[in-house]
Amino acid sequence: MTPNPTASPAQAPAAAELLARAQSGFPRHLLDLETLGLAQIEALLALAATFKRERAEARAGGRAIPRERRELLAGRTVVTLFFEASTRTRSSFEMAARQLGAEVIALQKEGSSVSKGETLGDTAKNLEAVGADALVIRHPMSGAPHLIAREVSCSVINAGDGAHEHPTQALLDALSLRERLGDLRGRTIAIIGDIAHSRVARSNIHCLGRLGAHVRVGGPSTLLPVGIEKLGCSVHRKLDEAIDGADAVMCLRIQQERIGDARLPSTRDYARRWGFTQKHLDRLPAHAVVLHPGPVNRGVEITSEVLDGPRCLVMDQVDSGVAVRMAALALCLGEGERASQPPAKPAATRDAPLDEITLTEDLL
Amino acid sequence: MSRTYLAGGRVVDPASKLDGIRTVVLEGGKILEVREAAPSADERANHTVVDCGNLWVLPGLVDLHVHLREPGEEGKETIETGCRAAVQGGVTTLVAMPNTKPVCDSAAQVRLVQARAKAANLCRVLVAGAITRGSLGEALADHAELKDAGVVALTDDGRPVMSAGVMRRALEYARDLDLPIFVHAEELTLSAGGAMNEGPVATRLGLPGVPSAAEVVMVERDLLLAELAQARIHVCHVSAAGSVRALRQAKERGVRATGEAAPHHFTLTDEAVAGVAAPGYPGAPAGRVYDTCAKMNPPLRAEVDRQALLGALADGTLDAIATDHAPHGPLDKEVEFGCAANGVIGLETSLALSLALVRQGELSLSAAVERLCWGPARVLGLPFGTLAPGASADVIVVDPEASWRVDAAALASKSKNSPFLGWTLRGRVLRTYVEGQLKHEALGLSGTPS
Repeated sequence: MTPNPTASPAQAPAAAELLARAQSGFPRHLLDLETLGLAQIEALLALAATFKRERAEARAGGRAIPRERRELLAGRTVVTLFFEASTRTRSSFEMAARQLGAEVIALQKEGSSVSKGETLGDTAKNLEAVGADALVIRHPMSGAPHLIAREVSCSVINAGDGAHEHPTQALLDALSLRERLGDLRGRTIAIIGDIAHSRVARSNIHCLGRLGAHVRVGGPSTLLPVGIEKLGCSVHRKLDEAIDGADAVMCLRIQQERIGDARLPSTRDYARRWGFTQKHLDRLPAHAVVLHPGPVNRGVEITSEVLDGPRCLVMDQVDSGVAVRMAALALCLGEGERASQPPAKPAATRDAPLDEITLTEDLL
Repeated sequence: MSRTYLAGGRVVDPASKLDGIRTVVLEGGKILEVREAAPSADERANHTVVDCGNLWVLPGLVDLHVHLREPGEEGKETIETGCRAAVQGGVTTLVAMPNTKPVCDSAAQVRLVQARAKAANLCRVLVAGAITRGSLGEALADHAELKDAGVVALTDDGRPVMSAGVMRRALEYARDLDLPIFVHAEELTLSAGGAMNEGPVATRLGLPGVPSAAEVVMVERDLLLAELAQARIHVCHVSAAGSVRALRQAKERGVRATGEAAPHHFTLTDEAVAGVAAPGYPGAPAGRVYDTCAKMNPPLRAEVDRQALLGALADGTLDAIATDHAPHGPLDKEVEFGCAANGVIGLETSLALSLALVRQGELSLSAAVERLCWGPARVLGLPFGTLAPGASADVIVVDPEASWRVDAAALASKSKNSPFLGWTLRGRVLRTYVEGQLKHEALGLSGTPS
């Protein structure tokens, strides 16, 4: 097994240098991971690992967070625009922005363009005129951040759009996983549950795949979307098969609406066949870990015993979340030379040339 | 009486099994004759002669499926702007769908459309009436009243008649009036919430999908009901391979069924929603991801479905190319994909996209012209879409080689929601005659009167 790259802080380059190099070539928007190259993902994760470590040291009463960090985005304004309820993601983004010294304007809106009587693009343009340097958007409709990004010149960061993507969630999952498992190349990660409605699943399939992991998805056929395997994962219709020998299992939230639309008979019936229990965990390799993006239905997709146990990374995921979002804001708002985000060509970016990889390892 | 001679062009009239260099003579709003001889010196001196050398002279297009939006949504299109788009696209006869506001379910509504179309004085507007009152799928509209007012078909287009029982009775009642029922085939509980075709592209984009079965189930149901009622049935905007199969089998067993396909369905696939450029069009620019101009109902399907449509257009299982011209404005389209309105405009691009199939070897020229003209006229049982002597002088002159860029500013339609904006197409309508009158003339091109 290759040594864990992100857990070796000893001879980390100066954060300023790390930042400057990572910013170079990072796109202005973070809309999806499907089109984000491996080099950019590695750069962001490296920066996030540094931020996470600094926060941990500060919390432990050691070194205070360096001043240049606290002033990195001084004078910049981050607007969080959430069209869906969110606890974790929104507070995490706001904390991240404040940690870097940015002003934060937090907006919670309900409904879509149609119900508001103003197009989403017009809303975004108005916020830009107010002075937003970055718009962090959560929206129930897939593609809403892409629509906004076409309308504004400030940065747009996708904080979850419909069933499409949730890039920072997958990046924080990757950070937590790498800290625990080391290099993810050749590792097997099983994502279990409502794949059809999950932006977390899609972003993770893209991200983990690009980092070299084998991704499996598992769930009842009613929750497996047509053609999901084309994103680069295997599809499983039995829990035991899906998690067999996995290095990590990610359980997704089962929403009550899935019963109303006849995708599930009941959460009880789901739990009977797909609920992840201590019994399942005991069958996995000793190093295997469990993740959940939250919020958790205890006793449905995962039992409390597993959730509260030592092999569950849920709280570490939240901690990683702040660091990843700090890195995302720092990179998207950075002054480095810009690369426009390439059009959707997953095949091209997935097989990133080796020199891109060595560049990032050199970064670390 | 003054005549117009369209001289020396390649005349293609599948209804007369004609494809050759001819001169078409128009007189008194009718086709006088189609002949080999060029206009004589005497004829040149006394009549209008249009030199059509190197050009094609075709019957005007008959478009079975057009949403003119008036009355009720004049911000999107009016009868006049829609008719202007029609003649610019070479369409001389169109069928106006009844899903206006209010729904066209009474003689008074039919007469309103007819009167405005007459005032516009551009192309022939035939009216389809609603199957059910308000197109709510419950009580039948007054079919006999609609027939007497002049409707050529009945449809609740935009919505299916969900009750099989109501549909059966509608087919039976319409049969006695010899009116075809135009079917919008969509099983609403299967399509509920869907924004695009169900498949790998929808999964990747995280958009809720509409399975092709949502269409096929209803096509099968309504073909069975038409068979039971021995009624005429026409399947609108066929998009799925399964619907083609159902239609083919129904025709084989003698059901009085016809079908149409739209240019966007035979040109694009669901990849267009992801901004992927269309197959077969090297010059087509890649679109935008989540492009709402790639959203319509039924949705753009998979390549296998597109291939099935091409096969069915070639073998005649699909009788007509119809645009489902559906104008929408910015408030309906420049929004999140999931809440964007369904539909695209099509009147001005239909001919060029159909001729592209000829260049790609998918259709013969005569088959393409047949599906655009005589085929749809036969669906209605009306004598349009032909250059046979005595027929209405609905004629277009086309430069088959002229390339033109689909430019929003140059479109006559009030709305610009076309998935083909920025495309360079070949085949341009230079002149459109309706009942012998010149209703559209492209400027700065050959074919001016001599």
